[in-house]
Amino acid sequence: MTPLKERLVQLEVLRYNPDTDTEAHFQRYEVVCQEEWVVLDALNKVKADIDPTLNYRWSCHMAVCGSCGMMINGEPKLSCHAFLRDYEGVIRVEPLAHFPVERDLVTAPDDFMEKLKRVKPYMIPKEKKPISEGEYKQTPAQLMKFRQYSMCINCMLCYAACPQYGLTPSFIGPAALTLAHRYNQDSRDGGRAERQEVVATHEGVWECTFVGACSEVCPAQVDPASALQQMKITSSLDWIVEHLIPGGKP
Amino acid sequence: METISTDVAIIGAGGAGLRAAIALAETDPKLRIALISKVYPMRSHTCAAEGGAAGVIKPDDSFDMHFDDTVGGGDWLSDQDCVEYFIHEAPKELMQLEHWGCPWNREADGSVAVRPFGGMKKQRTWFAADKSGFHILHTLFQTSLQFPSISRYDEYYALDLLVDEGRCQGVTAMEMRSGELRQFHAKAVIIAGGGAGRMFPFSTNGAIKTGDGMAMAYRAGVPLKDMEFVQYHPTGLPNTGSLLTEACRGEGGILVNKHGRRYLADYGMGPETPVGQPQLKTMELGPRDRVSQAYWHELQKGNTVTTQWGECVLLDMRHLGEKKINERLPLVRELAEAYLGVDIVKEAVPIRPVVHYMMGGISTNTAAATPLPGLFAAGECACVSLNGANRLGSNSLVELLVFGRRAALSAAEHVQGLPAANAAALNAQAEKTQQRIGELFSRTDGSESMSGLRKEMQLTMEKNVGIYRTEEGLQEGVNKIHELRQRYRRVKLTDKSSVFNTDLFQALELGSMLDCAEAVTVGALARKESRGAHQRLDYVERDDKNYLRHTMVHHQGMDSPRVDYLDVVITKSPPGVRDYSGDHK
Ligand SMILES: Cc1cc2nc3c(=O)[nH]c(=O)nc-3n(C[C@H](O)[C@H](O)[C@H](O)COP(=O)(O)OP(=O)(O)OC[C@H]3O[C@@H](n4cnc5c(N)ncnc54)[C@H](O)[C@@H]3O)c2cc1C
Ligand code: SF4
Ligand code: FES
Repeated sequence: MTPLKERLVQLEVLRYNPDTDTEAHFQRYEVVCQEEWVVLDALNKVKADIDPTLNYRWSCHMAVCGSCGMMINGEPKLSCHAFLRDYEGVIRVEPLAHFPVERDLVTAPDDFMEKLKRVKPYMIPKEKKPISEGEYKQTPAQLMKFRQYSMCINCMLCYAACPQYGLTPSFIGPAALTLAHRYNQDSRDGGRAERQEVVATHEGVWECTFVGACSEVCPAQVDPASALQQMKITSSLDWIVEHLIPGGKP
Repeated sequence: METISTDVAIIGAGGAGLRAAIALAETDPKLRIALISKVYPMRSHTCAAEGGAAGVIKPDDSFDMHFDDTVGGGDWLSDQDCVEYFIHEAPKELMQLEHWGCPWNREADGSVAVRPFGGMKKQRTWFAADKSGFHILHTLFQTSLQFPSISRYDEYYALDLLVDEGRCQGVTAMEMRSGELRQFHAKAVIIAGGGAGRMFPFSTNGAIKTGDGMAMAYRAGVPLKDMEFVQYHPTGLPNTGSLLTEACRGEGGILVNKHGRRYLADYGMGPETPVGQPQLKTMELGPRDRVSQAYWHELQKGNTVTTQWGECVLLDMRHLGEKKINERLPLVRELAEAYLGVDIVKEAVPIRPVVHYMMGGISTNTAAATPLPGLFAAGECACVSLNGANRLGSNSLVELLVFGRRAALSAAEHVQGLPAANAAALNAQAEKTQQRIGELFSRTDGSESMSGLRKEMQLTMEKNVGIYRTEEGLQEGVNKIHELRQRYRRVKLTDKSSVFNTDLFQALELGSMLDCAEAVTVGALARKESRGAHQRLDYVERDDKNYLRHTMVHHQGMDSPRVDYLDVVITKSPPGVRDYSGDHK
């Protein structure tokens, strides 16, 4: 049996407690970890053995609940999916960028939650039918048109990475727009026109300058950049139909 | 303390809580609904479910077969009227999710596809790749956003039920962001707080599964039912406990010991089926309790593989080929690669049984009602007696939907024509929560560390109430948990801040888990037989004469709890033999 490899890890964590602090400050922790651990395991060890006052969110430890996003060495990451083996030296851990901090590594996602709701991310069926009539038929090929866009875990890493969201907080942003696209692309759905009122505005897809940082950091391979690109194309087509074709409706 | 008045308060926004909220909103748009959750809804642990959800849909399947699989799988401890209701509602609920947009996998003709699952005689498990729970949760959450009558209270930590005149009339909760207490006055309360696997050190359950809902009801005088039945899933990653879904075996993965033998054949689940051609209800598709127990025997015989993460057996999926693995089991490949460094396309992956699911919970009937009027419960926190002594994989996601909706219908009916609440009485009760929290903050004689107590609890549970149990071990477990509950009264908070104080929430969660652990250990000691997930080395047979009954554990403050029993409802299937050999019919 090969013994587990241990390693002394140094973490530099940005701390802030609105009850007592006027501004945020870094705190250094040294903690013995196993080589195969993730940053979240290191934080959990700090909390259990060294400093119970450190605060952060987590639950699933398998990159699916979307709770544990934070900046690790300046990059937005899920801490349960940031492997210590990929880091050398002091690891710097900060709250997710572009969101207000509640305390320590806990940010307030209110703006994101509100934007999710605004894009009407639910089925607006083309034809309503009762459950007793069975499923809406959907071929595997039709499913593949949107499946990828339905994989978003709402971790908000793409918002932390998006320079445009940083500059223009009214931008609806990658994940919420992608979710609108997910329903638009679903063969069962007929709600695109309703969603366009939000999506095809200057706060919507037109705000995106196609930097592509969102897709780079996305831990769920959603590729929001491609969704936004597709949306721009179809929105332009709408415009052409509406303005250049007599009697055309998008 | 601010008061929020509502018609129905729902504690928990996972699959069960969200389904209940939507059903209430659809039933009566005038009802005010408060959906309270300690995490944002999409963080609820339903998101971690991989395999799928069972409902009869294909022409070669039948309700009777789903009934028999569930009742036999549960070792006859399921209430058969409940099972009957469940199997008929299941396909409707799954179809409803289809209409709401759930991306179920499809057949070539566009109809919904199903896959095989352990203990099920027919293919009836609906799935969305290996992220079924994730898609169910997100579909429900997104659907819920269109109903204005659902007011969400995200990151509110629910504390105590308010009970007056023999009726449940609300709950207290702390807004985690500010640390402020609120009281919700409600005509009915639905608990949908999820499981309690975190009582154990090695579990597939997320950090939030600490049994708060169960403990809340228990402290309010509602019995916890059948808590000794704790499901071990046979295939967890040995380091993190992350689950490799049963679909690994459903798709044809095999389990082998260090000699390369498919050892399940030695434990009544043989004869061996050809590799890559899984047969339903036998060998690797036996039920979870049997498959996990076989691991324990292999361990005793020295047939396990010694790895750097401890003793394991091997789950071999190489013969499925890269294409099928990527198509059907992408998450499994990802997890094994990321956390263990094993590519399942090229290597067999070491695994071991891991605590997964609580069959027991808040005692409810088929209408999702608890014995306390006005209080309903659904999902993993409830014991509606669908799963009996052993849940079949893919029944519980459907249970969330069926009984989440049922709880909503029952609550909607209950709130009609109720007399006005006595606000003063409720305020007085809410004060008690305030005192409890105040005392915890101001405690000066705190001598116990929170993480220390938690570790002791978890080790006790693993050592004394694991896969196989004995009188001696269980007695030790009961004593130890009793002692830990006493010591918990001296637990010390290090963090005294009001804002997002996870030191406080972890302390509260530990209190919940200790209450649940008490019910598990006491129930297990009292049940002198072996049935489903409760296996005793000193009482190896099932004893229908004395124990074809549900264990009911009643909270008695700091004293040991009281245990009594409730008969199992048998309608048409008398207790029989569970046969998972290849010759079964
Ligand atoms: C890894 C894994 C895989 C699984 N795979 C399958 C599968 O393939 N098929 C299947 O049928 N089943 C599966 N299960 C089981 C199934 O997923 C769970 O039983 C089910 O999702 C539980 O749902 P729930 O709604 O009861 O609870 P959860 O989804 O856990 O939600 C609980 C809710 O209660 C809230 N809550 C808890 N305490 C408090 C409090 N104090 N105050 C406020 N809110 C609170 C939480 O915030 C959360 O919103 C799996 C389970 C796991 C762990
Ligand atoms: S698109 Fe990707 S990065 Fe953005 S919230 Fe969804 S999962 Fe996270
Ligand atoms: S803890 Fe769930 S995504 Fe990291």
